[in-house]
Amino acid sequence: MTYAIQMKNIVKTYTRGKQKVEVLHNLNLEVEKGEFISLMGPSGSGKTTLLNLIAGLDNPTGGELIVAGERIDKLSGGQLAKWRARNIGFVFQFYNLLPVLTAERNVEVPLLLTSLSAAQRKQNVAAALQLVGLADRAKHKPNELSGGQQQRVSIARALVADPTLLVCDEPTGDLDRENAEEILRLLQMLNRNHGKTIVMVTHDPRAADHATRQVHMDKGSLVDSNARSAA
Amino acid sequence: MLIWAGLWRKKARTIFTMLSIIVAFLLFGVLQGFNLGFVNSLTSLSFHRLFTANKYSMVEGMPIALATQIATVKGFSSISHLTYFGGFYQDKRNSINAFAADVPVLFQLYGELNLRQEYADAMKRTRNGAITSRGLGERFGWKIGDTVPIGTSIWTKKDGRNDYQFEIVGFYDGIGPTGPDGFYINFEYFDEARRFGTGTVHYFITGIDDPRRAEAVTKAIDALFENSNNETKTQTEQAFAASQIKQMGDISFIVNSIVGAVLFTLLFLTGNTMMQSMRERIPELAVLKTLGFTDGEVSALVLLESVLLCVFSALIGLGLASLGFLGLRAVLGSVSMPISVIVIGIGIALALAVVSGLPPAWRAKRLNIVDALAGR
Repeated sequence: MTYAIQMKNIVKTYTRGKQKVEVLHNLNLEVEKGEFISLMGPSGSGKTTLLNLIAGLDNPTGGELIVAGERIDKLSGGQLAKWRARNIGFVFQFYNLLPVLTAERNVEVPLLLTSLSAAQRKQNVAAALQLVGLADRAKHKPNELSGGQQQRVSIARALVADPTLLVCDEPTGDLDRENAEEILRLLQMLNRNHGKTIVMVTHDPRAADHATRQVHMDKGSLVDSNARSAA
Repeated sequence: MLIWAGLWRKKARTIFTMLSIIVAFLLFGVLQGFNLGFVNSLTSLSFHRLFTANKYSMVEGMPIALATQIATVKGFSSISHLTYFGGFYQDKRNSINAFAADVPVLFQLYGELNLRQEYADAMKRTRNGAITSRGLGERFGWKIGDTVPIGTSIWTKKDGRNDYQFEIVGFYDGIGPTGPDGFYINFEYFDEARRFGTGTVHYFITGIDDPRRAEAVTKAIDALFENSNNETKTQTEQAFAASQIKQMGDISFIVNSIVGAVLFTLLFLTGNTMMQSMRERIPELAVLKTLGFTDGEVSALVLLESVLLCVFSALIGLGLASLGFLGLRAVLGSVSMPISVIVIGIGIALALAVVSGLPPAWRAKRLNIVDALAGR
């Protein structure tokens, strides 16, 4: 069995002032390649902290963390940045597009870290925008796009460098039901048709239903992990 | 792409900051250009020539007969003289740097100007002749044989008129004895025509055999007229030019003070702009780090943005200053901005960019992704 993510006894402690707060307690989780899992749980349960560890944005205080075949808890800041560029596509709740760049330029940003030529970058950007159904909006700036369109640009940006893992933090949290449904179908399509492994944090049970497995957290621990067929 | 786009995130702020830098470097270019221009003109002057003027006032005339006594000094080789004419062509705004002199001898003393012999001969033949710089001739479209009226507000003629007619008999290239774009007329013609000051000159220019003996010769000349009605002060040409410039104040000190104050203020302005711009973009910089940009790369982006802003604006400012110098040619003659001013200007712009860009670049480097994305 090939795993995209393996977490063994992961502990994460934050220092706030003089106090140390343990937000993840000896957490174990395995995610197979090609899975689409949703992380659910109440506010403060540690979902986003867990997602940040998986995406290599933060380091665990203890335990072993293997993502995309590499033990990332041992990597330095610079190594982690390069690892993220190769392996992670990140989708934010509030899209986080660069406002001064057009949709296509936003999508191109991760490719600036690769050795691709300008022509190849252009080709990949066009393909990514085509995949999310926004080829005709390539020249538009974020403020000229709807929320749903901005999130699709954000997904195209996450996809364009062909990462091992898509990490989504409440990707539908800022969208109306109709747009949210479109984004979830898009993620589902990327998982089913393109084999992308996806980890998605969400509060919304209807959004979670689109995943192949739901992982529930509470107070820094996994409380339930159900494999289920997606809706 | 990212740097240029980041710069234009707040267009109005960037434009105003750019304008401040452009104006500062325009000022720097013009002032330093003039300053270095003066210094360069001094270094090109000779120790072979001595300038003698009235000891107490340069505008006070001296009898031309003193030349005979100066010629007796050991080390003397030849002598000419200069009398300030001033004047203007057609309009008082077209001022002319005109001097009356023993023109053929004067140009022998300034052999480096290579005045053609036929022009020197023509000057001897033509009482109202004038030899002028080629630049001045081109500026007013004068040709050899043209008669040009030159007005004066100093030297009224015996007939009460204030204009003199001169015939252009030759041109010279380079910077003449009295600075750029000189206009030289025969002393005899001028002296006979003027109503007052007859027989007096403003300066004697003495050529000497050995520049190593310049100090001894200057002392000997001044000793000739000690305790007389015409006490003199003799200096090498270089010292003379420097003392004239000194009369306008210590130009280097003034220029450096102004430019220093402007650049110091600019440092705070640019630094503030860069810090503000960085603070506003904390989430964007965090996104770049999330996408895989290293701390060093994000920090370099911020620093390069500062470099682009400062150097691009400085180049525009220095370019405008160079254009300004081209425009000033009409007034000041063949002047141009020394290339060293442009090089120093770019160096200062780079230093300004690094100093004002380092604090925000350092903050960007230390930015924690999780905290920045969480708005902490």
